[in-house]
Amino acid sequence: MNFLKRTIPLIIAFVMGILMAMQYYVPHKLSQDLLEVVSKWDRIIAGFAVFIGAYSLLHLHWTRIKRKVEGWGYSVFVYFGAIITLFFGFLNGGKFFWNDKQEGTMFDWLYYYIQVPAGATIFSILAFFIASAAYRTFRARTNESTVLLIAAVIVMLGRVPIGNYISQYIPAVADWIMAVPNLAAKRGILLGVSLGAIATSLKIIFGIERSYLGGGD
Amino acid sequence: MKTFVVKIKFFTAVIILFLPFFLNTGIFAQLPSFLIPPAEFRAFDTPNDAGETISLTWSISPNDAPDVFYVVYIDRDKNGDFEKEAIRIKSNTSYRTGVPEIYGHKKSNENYHYVQIFPRKVFNGEPIDKRQVYYFKLGMVSGENKIVFDTVASAKARGNWLHMKKANNFIIMIILSVIIFYFIVHARRNPNMFLRKISGLDAVDEALGRATEMGKPVLFVHGLTGMGSISTIAAISILGRIARKIADYDANLKVVNNDPIVMSVSQEVVKESYLEAGRPDAYNSDNVFLVASEQFPYVAAVGGIMTRERPAANFFVGYFYAEALILAETGASTGAIQIAGTDAYTQLPFFITTCDYTLIGEELYAASAYLSREPMLMGTLRAQDVGKGLLIVILILGTILASFGLTFITHLFEAF
Repeated sequence: MNFLKRTIPLIIAFVMGILMAMQYYVPHKLSQDLLEVVSKWDRIIAGFAVFIGAYSLLHLHWTRIKRKVEGWGYSVFVYFGAIITLFFGFLNGGKFFWNDKQEGTMFDWLYYYIQVPAGATIFSILAFFIASAAYRTFRARTNESTVLLIAAVIVMLGRVPIGNYISQYIPAVADWIMAVPNLAAKRGILLGVSLGAIATSLKIIFGIERSYLGGGD
Repeated sequence: MKTFVVKIKFFTAVIILFLPFFLNTGIFAQLPSFLIPPAEFRAFDTPNDAGETISLTWSISPNDAPDVFYVVYIDRDKNGDFEKEAIRIKSNTSYRTGVPEIYGHKKSNENYHYVQIFPRKVFNGEPIDKRQVYYFKLGMVSGENKIVFDTVASAKARGNWLHMKKANNFIIMIILSVIIFYFIVHARRNPNMFLRKISGLDAVDEALGRATEMGKPVLFVHGLTGMGSISTIAAISILGRIARKIADYDANLKVVNNDPIVMSVSQEVVKESYLEAGRPDAYNSDNVFLVASEQFPYVAAVGGIMTRERPAANFFVGYFYAEALILAETGASTGAIQIAGTDAYTQLPFFITTCDYTLIGEELYAASAYLSREPMLMGTLRAQDVGKGLLIVILILGTILASFGLTFITHLFEAF
């Protein structure tokens, strides 16, 4: 059992890790074909995983309805949404699901007129959250937050016409803040991230890091 | 003899007299006289490719202008009619400067045009032998005037086994790998290695303890990327460590996913952690679940869980996009202790603003080693620090040299 749960996955991680790392340096068609095959496997696995995800979602909400836990009405709504979407998806505008997907069907309507606006609504909340987060950050209680406040005010003013109206130097200073200290910090973070990613990849390829298999070592 | 000389003079005079007429009627020159052909026209197999393209280069012409076009004709036979047009470009575009991976950064690159041809695309659908040699002719078009030069260039497209321009990347990878392995071996011999304090990770116990005392769940969110992302793998490693502690504390862990594969892996990781802690009975697979596979439905669902169940601790670990602030701000409004860790630098300010502790960039990758305190894993942290030191030295050296106009070190690290 340990062989199946530990050794085999570690061998797969090692072989595929080395193979795909080397693939990056080999431009030959065979190498490109290998990448394509592996990408196809990835897509196939992801396709099957959708069923696992759907099962998890529906099972969880069914349990909530069955046990009448607090807020179980939302779970009924999940089922309602899933059944309606599946029904119109299978119906496929009267051509049924075994034919190519039809355009302008009720399924599309559900997507364009319910899911997209609902997503946009959630996204638009971000503006209010930015305002509340900015208020909390810019209260200038420490030296760092004071520096942050000053930099933020300059950058914000530099990005709108009124900044230039107040002083022509404000947009220039805003550009300098973005192009020099901000970019330097960003690159510093990226260098650290890249090294961390390389180290993590090597740890996984060589089986040093195994916690992703579960149970620590 | 005298008669012969007179005849020669007569014919010469006739030729000079009618020369403009011959030129204009195209008997001598069938081409517009103002289109001057490029001096060099050359074809070659594109280096470091899969064997699908052929490169063509030719020197600039004094006629290059936005309304003058270069046309490359292709044929599979040297003596063919060259009727197939492989590519057409404006004559003031496509220079060698656009392909530093082939020609480097020489000033003279501005004096040459460069194009890549995909012969198989041009002969779309036609059966072509792998060893086919392709022949090319260059033409120029200006308005109604068209000229096709006689020079024929030929080349065969071949696949390459090594991308020589990625050698710099390969060497850097080898050097960093050697450093990492050296410190892993070193750490096995010296297990008591010093590690700088990461307060975000020290606070994990505090957060879990608080959740245990309050009898409220711990919420773990691992971003939007799939298992192919190294950030998600790092997040899963951290989840394993946290799940082990939660099993020990007998607290309640909820893991919300937006990717079915990540969910399956998370379920296994959490289950194994509970098993390892000797608490398999405490594991509930319904606590590691899929909430939604789309970004904003996911945000709405997780936000709902936060406001309804009011977890005592929220962990946001992995790669995040626009949902970062919405999630973290919702969590802050519920009064939960929040620990975030991400390598998405665009979202870092939001997490720093709204969370109690934030793991910045590389600290995300250090977390698993830091929490486990295993010598071999800790060795990689020291290697990362040494790697950073090395990069800082190279950066300083490169900056100094570039300040004096020596840019070779910059080009040495160029990525292709």
